[in-house]
Amino acid sequence: MITLTINGREISVSEGTTVFEAAKELEIEMPTLCYEPRLKPYGGCRLCIVEIEGIPKPVTACTTPATENMVVNTNSDYLYRLRRTIVELLLSDHPNDCMICTRAGDCTLQELAYFYKLRENRFKGETRKHDRIDENPFVKREMDKCILCGLCVRVCDEVQGVNAIDFVNRGFNSNISPPYEKDLDCEFCGQCVAICPTGALTGKVWAGEGRQKNVKHTETVCGYCGCGCNVTLHTVRDRVVRISSKRDSHNQGWLCAKGRFGYEFINKNDRLKTPLIRRKKGGELEPATWEEAFDLIVSRFNSIKKKYGPDALAGLASARCTNEENYAFQKFFRAVIGTNNIDHCARY
Amino acid sequence: MSREIVVNVCMDTGGIASGSLEVMEAFEAEFARAGLTASVEKHCKLHRVGCFGFCARDVLVNITIDGECITYQYIKPDMVERLVEEHILEGNPVVEWQVDQEYEDFYRLQQRVVLANNSKIDPENIREYIDIDGYGAINKVLREMTPADVIECVKASELRGRGGAGFPTGLKWEICARHKDPMRYLICNADEGDPGAFMDRSVIEGNPHSLIEGMSIGAYAIGAHTGYVYIRAEYPLAVERLNKALQQARDNGFLGKGIHGSGFDFDIKVKLGAGAFVCGEETALIASIEGERGMPRAKPPYPADKGLWGKPTIINNVETWANLPPIINNGAEWYAAIGSENSKGTKVFALTGKIKNTGLIEVPMGISLRDIIFDIGGGIEGGKLMKAVQTGGPSGGCIPQAHLDMRVDYDNLVNVGSMMGSGGMVVLDESDCMVNISRFFLEFTQAESCGKCTPCRIGTKRLLEILTRITEGEGRKGDIELLLDLANDIKDTSLCGLGMSAPNPVLSTIRYFRHEYEAHILHKHCPAKVCRKLLTFFIREDLCTGCGVCLKSCPAGAVSGTKKNPHHIDTSVCIKCGACYDVCKFKAVLKE
Repeated sequence: MITLTINGREISVSEGTTVFEAAKELEIEMPTLCYEPRLKPYGGCRLCIVEIEGIPKPVTACTTPATENMVVNTNSDYLYRLRRTIVELLLSDHPNDCMICTRAGDCTLQELAYFYKLRENRFKGETRKHDRIDENPFVKREMDKCILCGLCVRVCDEVQGVNAIDFVNRGFNSNISPPYEKDLDCEFCGQCVAICPTGALTGKVWAGEGRQKNVKHTETVCGYCGCGCNVTLHTVRDRVVRISSKRDSHNQGWLCAKGRFGYEFINKNDRLKTPLIRRKKGGELEPATWEEAFDLIVSRFNSIKKKYGPDALAGLASARCTNEENYAFQKFFRAVIGTNNIDHCARY
Repeated sequence: MSREIVVNVCMDTGGIASGSLEVMEAFEAEFARAGLTASVEKHCKLHRVGCFGFCARDVLVNITIDGECITYQYIKPDMVERLVEEHILEGNPVVEWQVDQEYEDFYRLQQRVVLANNSKIDPENIREYIDIDGYGAINKVLREMTPADVIECVKASELRGRGGAGFPTGLKWEICARHKDPMRYLICNADEGDPGAFMDRSVIEGNPHSLIEGMSIGAYAIGAHTGYVYIRAEYPLAVERLNKALQQARDNGFLGKGIHGSGFDFDIKVKLGAGAFVCGEETALIASIEGERGMPRAKPPYPADKGLWGKPTIINNVETWANLPPIINNGAEWYAAIGSENSKGTKVFALTGKIKNTGLIEVPMGISLRDIIFDIGGGIEGGKLMKAVQTGGPSGGCIPQAHLDMRVDYDNLVNVGSMMGSGGMVVLDESDCMVNISRFFLEFTQAESCGKCTPCRIGTKRLLEILTRITEGEGRKGDIELLLDLANDIKDTSLCGLGMSAPNPVLSTIRYFRHEYEAHILHKHCPAKVCRKLLTFFIREDLCTGCGVCLKSCPAGAVSGTKKNPHHIDTSVCIKCGACYDVCKFKAVLKE
C-alpha cells in the first residue's frame, strides 16, 4: 500500500493507483474531459492538472501514479486559472451551437463553460470547419464540435478492437477521422457515440427526438440476445427516443449496434403486439388473446404427440433468449413433451 | 619516388549540394588521365569524407602529400585539373585557392571531440575507422570493465544528454540498469527536426561507426541486446551510410551474436521517421517505433522505467552516443576537465543566420557567445549590427546582444530564457524584426503540434494569430499582456516538451524586445522595416531616374510617371508587396 496526502487528507491506496483515482476515493472532484476509468490513462485534455510537491510544473492526476509520501494539491487559484484557460481555448474552437445541439444539458464541455463562467473569450479566432456530412446510417459526425479528447479512438481500439477511427493531420488541423477521411464504415457499435463528452458524435436515429425536457428514463434489459445487457430507455410519452446504458451495469455500459440503435421498431404501427391465429383454413391471420393462443398450442401438441409419438415434435431455441429461458425450453421438450429433438440457432 | 598522396573531398549532404560529387568525378578523371591510380595500393587515395564544418567555403578539399596537408576552398570541377597538375604532380600547391587566415580562425577556438575524425576518414569504409583506433573503446569496455564500471565512468564524465534537456546520461543509464525487468532497449534519436540544424546528420554522414560504437557501449552498460536508430527519412545519405556501416559492423562481428568475440549480443535496427517534428520527443518517438501515430505519452513513467514495448528503455541522441568512445578512450576525468561547472565536454552547433562563417562548429561548453559569433563566426555579414542570437531551435529563445559575454552552457541558456536544444544557433541582425521572428517560429511549432493536448494544439494557434495581427498592424492594446498570459499558461499545462517550450520565442522576444512589440501595436510601426503591412513605399524624386522599371513591376498599378521623369507611388492603391523596392537599381524607392 502507498500512503499519500491530497489536499491535506491522508489516504492509502494500492500500488499502481493514479493520483486521480486516489482523489476520487476521497471524493475530491477534478474537472476532466479525457479521463475514463474503463480505458488506459491518456492525459490529453490537461484539465485534471494538480500540483505535487517536488515537481516544478503541474502534472495530470489521471496519468501520474501515486507514490509513497506524495503531497498533492488539487485546488488553488493558480490551477483554477490554468484550467479556465484550457476550457477557454477549447471554446475558442467550438461552434456556439448549444441552442440546437443534441447534447445540450448533457455535455461536459457545456458544464465546464458554466462552471468557469466563460461568457467572453479572449482567444476568438479561426475555427476548424467540418461539413458535417457522413453518409453512414447511424453515427452523426459533427467534427467541428470535437475537442480531441481521444475517447472515441481509444474505446474503438481498447474495447471494441476495431480501430475504425484515428487522429489525422497535425497541429490545429488535427482531427478524428476514418481512413482517408472517407465516411465512417465500421460495425456501428456506437461505443464512440456513448463516450463522446460533447455533441461531436451523436446517434442519427435520435436526432431531433428530444433532449432533456420531458424525457423519462426507464431501466430495463436488452431483448436482443442472451447477454442481457442493462439498458436505459429514454422515452417521451409513449415513444422510445434513445437507448443508453449505465457504466455501473454488468455490461459496463457497453452495447452493440442492435442494442443501441435497433429500437425504431418499437415505435412502429405495424409492429406485432398480440398473437395471431388463422381460424379458418385458407383464411387471414386474426388477432387473438394469449389464452386462446396457448390453448391452441397445447391442444395441437397433445394431438400430434398422441397420434405420432413425442419424436414427431422438435424444438428450436433462440439466441435472443436468456440462458434460463433456453434451459426451461429444453427441459420442457425433454421432460414434458418427451423428446430429445431440441436444437439452437447458434449451432448453425 | 613513392609518395603517399591522400585527397579528401567533403562529401556530406552540404558538400554534395555544393557540387562535391562533380569535384570527386573530376579528380577521378584527372587521376586516370595523369596515370595515377586512385587506390590504396598505389599510395594514392581519393577519399570521400564527412563534413569539414566550414560549409560556407564548400567544396573543401584536403590534399595531403607525405603527411603535409593543404586545404583548398570553393573548389569547382574545372579547378581540379590545375590542382592535380601543379600540386600533386609538380608538388607546387596552388596558393590562391588555399584557405586563408579566416579559415584558420574558424577552427582556432573550436575543440573537436565528436567531429574529430569527420574530415579524415571515409565513412563508408570500416577499415579506416578501425585504423584510427575505432572500436577500441568497446573492446576495452567488453574486456576490462563491468557494466557498472561503464555507468560509473559515464557518470564521472558528467556527460549530459545532447538532445536538448541536458539530463545526466550516466544517471539515466543507472535508473534503467537498476530496473528489475531484464528486457531492455536502447534507442538513438536521430530525428533531428530543428530548422537549420544538421549536427546529427553530419555525425552519421561523416562517422557512422562512432555512433555504432557508442551505442554498443551503452547496450553493454544497461544490458540491452537490441538497439534502434530512429532517423528521419529526409536524411537519405545518412540512412544509406548508416545501413552500410551497420552491415560492415555485422560482417566484422561487431554487431550480432557475441560482439567483438565476447559473450555479449547486440544488434541495431534502423527505423525511418516520416517527417513529424514531434517524433523527436522521446515518448512520441517510442510510439512511432511501435507503429502508433507519433504522439507523446505522459511522464512519469519515464522511458527508463517503461519505454519501448513497455520495457525499460534508454534514449539518447546521436551526439550523446558519439561522445562515448572518446570518454571511454580518454577517461572520464579528461572529459570532465572540458567545459564549464555544470556542463562538461564540447557541444556541436549549427551556426547560421546573418553571420559570415556559417557552418558546423564544435566548441567547449562555457565558451562565450561573443567568441562564437565574432571569432569563429567572423561577425555579422554586411557590416550590420548584431541584434540577437536564437538558440535551441523553435523551442528556444532569442538572446540579445547585451548577453554576448554569457558563457554558453545548459543552465545559462535557460536562465536567459532560451535553451541548448539540439544545437541550432541562428544569428539575427538589425534588419530582423523580432515580432516577425517570433511569429515565424510559432508558425512552425503550431503546424508541428501533434494535436493531443489542448494548450499546445489550440494555444499555439492563438499565439500565432495574435502575433500575426500585430505584424499586420492589427495589434490591440493589451495584446502583449495577453501573449504573456497565454504563453505562460501553455508552458505550464502542455503535455510534452514541444508545447512546454513552444512559447519560448514569444516570451524571450517580449522580455528583451518589448519596445518592438509596442512600436507595432501602438505606433503601427515596424522598426526593422520587415512587416510589409506597416510600411509605406515612396519614391525619392532626386534619386529617381525615371527608368520605369518599378512601374512595370508594380502588380497593382500604383506607380505612375513618364520616362526620364521622377515616378510616384499612389499609397491608396499600393498593396505593399515591395516589388518596386526590390527592382530599383538606384535605391530611389524607400520604405518607412
